[in-house]
Amino acid sequence: MAVLEVRNLRVEIPTEDGVVQAVRNVSFSVRPGTLFGIAGESGSGKSVLTQSIMGLTPAAEVSGEALFEGRNLVGMPQSEMRKLRGGKIAMVFQDPLSSLHPYFTIGAQIAEALHFHEKISPAQARARVIEMLSKVGIPDPAARVDDYPHQFSGGMRQRVMIAMALVLKPALVIADEPTTALDVTVQAQIIELLDSMRRELGTTIILITHDLGLLSNVADDVMIMYAGNRMEYGPADRILRSPAHPYTTGLCRSSPANYEPGAKLAPIKGRPPSLLATPRGCVFAPRCSEATPQCASAPPPLRVFDDGVESLCWLEAAPAGAKPVNAAPDFAAKAKPEKVAEVRNLHLTYDVGGFFGERRKLDVLKGIDLTVWRGETLGLVGESGCGKSTLARAIAGLTPTTSGSIELLGRDVGALTPSEWRAMRRQVQVVFQDPYGSLNPRRRVGSIIGDPFRLHGVASGEERKARVRTLMEMVGLNPEHYNRFPAEFSGGQRQRIGIARALALNPSLIICDEPVSALDVSIQAQVLNLLRELQQELGLTYLFISHDLSVVRHLCDRIAVMQAGRIVELAESEALFRNPANDYTRVLLNASHVPPKLSPAVGRKLLETREITR
Amino acid sequence: MIKFLLRRISFGVGVLLALSLFVFFLFFVAPGDPAAMIGGEKASETQLTQIRKNLGLDRPLPEQYVRFLGKAVTGDLGFSYRNQQPVTKIIMRRVPATLSLVIGAVVLWLAIGIPIGVMSARHPGTLRDRLGQAFILVGLSFPTFVLGMMALYCLYFLPRQAGFTLFPAGGYKAFTSDPLIWAWHLALPWMTLALTIAAVYARLTRGQMLEVMGEDYIRTARAKGATERTVVWKHGMRAALTPLVTQLGSDIALLLGGAIVIEQVFGLQGVGALAVQAVNNQDRPIIIGVVLLGGLFIVVANIIVDVLYVLLDPRVR
Repeated sequence: MAVLEVRNLRVEIPTEDGVVQAVRNVSFSVRPGTLFGIAGESGSGKSVLTQSIMGLTPAAEVSGEALFEGRNLVGMPQSEMRKLRGGKIAMVFQDPLSSLHPYFTIGAQIAEALHFHEKISPAQARARVIEMLSKVGIPDPAARVDDYPHQFSGGMRQRVMIAMALVLKPALVIADEPTTALDVTVQAQIIELLDSMRRELGTTIILITHDLGLLSNVADDVMIMYAGNRMEYGPADRILRSPAHPYTTGLCRSSPANYEPGAKLAPIKGRPPSLLATPRGCVFAPRCSEATPQCASAPPPLRVFDDGVESLCWLEAAPAGAKPVNAAPDFAAKAKPEKVAEVRNLHLTYDVGGFFGERRKLDVLKGIDLTVWRGETLGLVGESGCGKSTLARAIAGLTPTTSGSIELLGRDVGALTPSEWRAMRRQVQVVFQDPYGSLNPRRRVGSIIGDPFRLHGVASGEERKARVRTLMEMVGLNPEHYNRFPAEFSGGQRQRIGIARALALNPSLIICDEPVSALDVSIQAQVLNLLRELQQELGLTYLFISHDLSVVRHLCDRIAVMQAGRIVELAESEALFRNPANDYTRVLLNASHVPPKLSPAVGRKLLETREITR
Repeated sequence: MIKFLLRRISFGVGVLLALSLFVFFLFFVAPGDPAAMIGGEKASETQLTQIRKNLGLDRPLPEQYVRFLGKAVTGDLGFSYRNQQPVTKIIMRRVPATLSLVIGAVVLWLAIGIPIGVMSARHPGTLRDRLGQAFILVGLSFPTFVLGMMALYCLYFLPRQAGFTLFPAGGYKAFTSDPLIWAWHLALPWMTLALTIAAVYARLTRGQMLEVMGEDYIRTARAKGATERTVVWKHGMRAALTPLVTQLGSDIALLLGGAIVIEQVFGLQGVGALAVQAVNNQDRPIIIGVVLLGGLFIVVANIIVDVLYVLLDPRVR
């Protein structure tokens, strides 16, 4: 019998704009002791689905059935539901820092879960908490039980969250993007921990993620969601190797890991639909590379295949998917022997503490030597806190350094006068990570992109307007949207705005600081393609910072691996991936989950076709 | 922590010094001759000179200030020009009334304001929220004295006309003689003061709770199986508390320095009423004393709030 059996679940959220159809007629069943994966891009309804089952979305109207151990969770009174929450079904959330209460000790927070569900003395509860903390790998748990969340690292916090979820030995744990906010090496540890807890305690796990590579490694069954619909469902090894649905194929193809380095990615075109309206045909039809006229006019049927895969699609055979265009690797000879930036023995030290604690020195950069050649893409990878963004900011002149030198176009920036610096700033531009936070929401896109022209007195009036429009066209934005505000654009489009702004003054060096990490994988592929095209057209030089190794490998000619303020390895991309010389590089490479290579489904037979109401 | 405390205290002392300097010189450039006031209209020029000499007013200003400061440190703020009594004694007589007023009002306004703010924040956009917001708006826009007059009219004057005494019109009765009479006399001023200030707290609580209840850790608490009451009052309130404490500290300090309007309306002989009388009488030593007392309260309250902040938020410990 299934631990969780969801039938025809529908979640509608009334908003000011209308009713958001967050989940549309989704059914699945989770077998005991397995790891069930739910994948999809942001807005696909995967989090809403589980939270509404748990009764954590008070505004939502939920219909259908969600049978947990034979009892329907949908419509269950809150008082009944409360006994299940935490006790029988526990949850682990994405960001362990914001998910833990900052003002209570971790011990108190875990013990609280015990007190909610059991009659237990504080001393007993404490002992149970300490035991659980040691099980999830918190060193010295008896001492750390009285620490506050901010005293732990990100990975340790997530272990605390897992301890909190498992302390009552629930039958089911729902982990909602549990590793997304963590570093890649820590991600691997957390997944390993969840998996070993599952085996040890017999807990069933629902893992929600956008990372298909991760799912292909750990999941037994998966469900792929798009715009609230269950697009594909079945055994993980079948679906992620040989998808039956064009959307799954598109997702796999959007990942740079499925390509030769340097090849043009085949992204899913367009962007996710509004959830307010129900299209007549398939929700994915406007973005689908396989779409036929039928797809837009009638809702797709459910195809059930003999290997357990179910796909909501008109296609009867596996989709070919958009053909990846293999551009010839052209970067071998493209770097010209001209130094754009040269960093020598760069140090940066902050004085910290002093207010309450002891004054001490914090070394962020410990002697960096780095040269960026014209026309190349230099990747900078490392975990959070390794100093990669600080280095980039220092090169861009946004952070003062302690010692060492930075030369831009052969001139030592330390020796520049303020006015020379101003002129030099035109040569170095930055594309920032967060396309939502780094654009001023109250300014029009035209003036954001035109800012560099204004600040450096390059162009004004009609000429500036014309040049901004050219830039918008260049990055794939509609020039007619000149007068719109950033909020009217999607994440991917906003990142295009950031790129257009960076391009405005034709800089010698563009520093991309995690430019795609806030974007969904299909959108990410579009932006990566754009960066690559622009480089080929304009001969740009990029310093590309990322924590995502497959992205870096795809885009970069050379890669510098940073750890704790030092560059521990610098090599050409392929050499680095084939023969990593440094231990830390090897750890990084081993920790990242690469999605499996797609292969055609051999001998898959269509068993039946069912009409599905929506 | 001790270093931090010492620094805050020395900063507070600096503020008080600057304040004393400011009021001291302000009153010496102000018009009016203290000697004439003390001597009366018929005093001769020699008498006036004598008075000035006795008070030290013939000395250069800086010297007067230093002498004043020297005594002030020992708690001696000089003598009232009006009745020659020690300033410290006069003020201290007034403190109990003000203190009683403030303590009772604080309890009341917290008891009214916080639940209204929480109720409003928990059901945003609903009738309950709108009622809460209406309370906030009315409370914020109603002048204290109008509310006081209305309270007096409805709860004192009308019952009196009908022939019985529901509440007294005001006045202060010592707590030590009979706590019930004390509370009965203060009931109207408490209500008046609390209702207007409760609106501020309701608004602050509402804003804080709206933000906090959207936090991820609130979702975690629910996912653990916490009852709604625990979620709101333990997890939510704990996080929303810090700004409330800050506001409370400065409000209490301000009122202790003299709740002028309320004391006037209800005839309470508190520090605020004293300040008004002293200004009317141009009784400089009293005015300086009241201002310094108010400053002292604010400085002390700020230090307490800073310490509480550190105790409340483990992240800055």
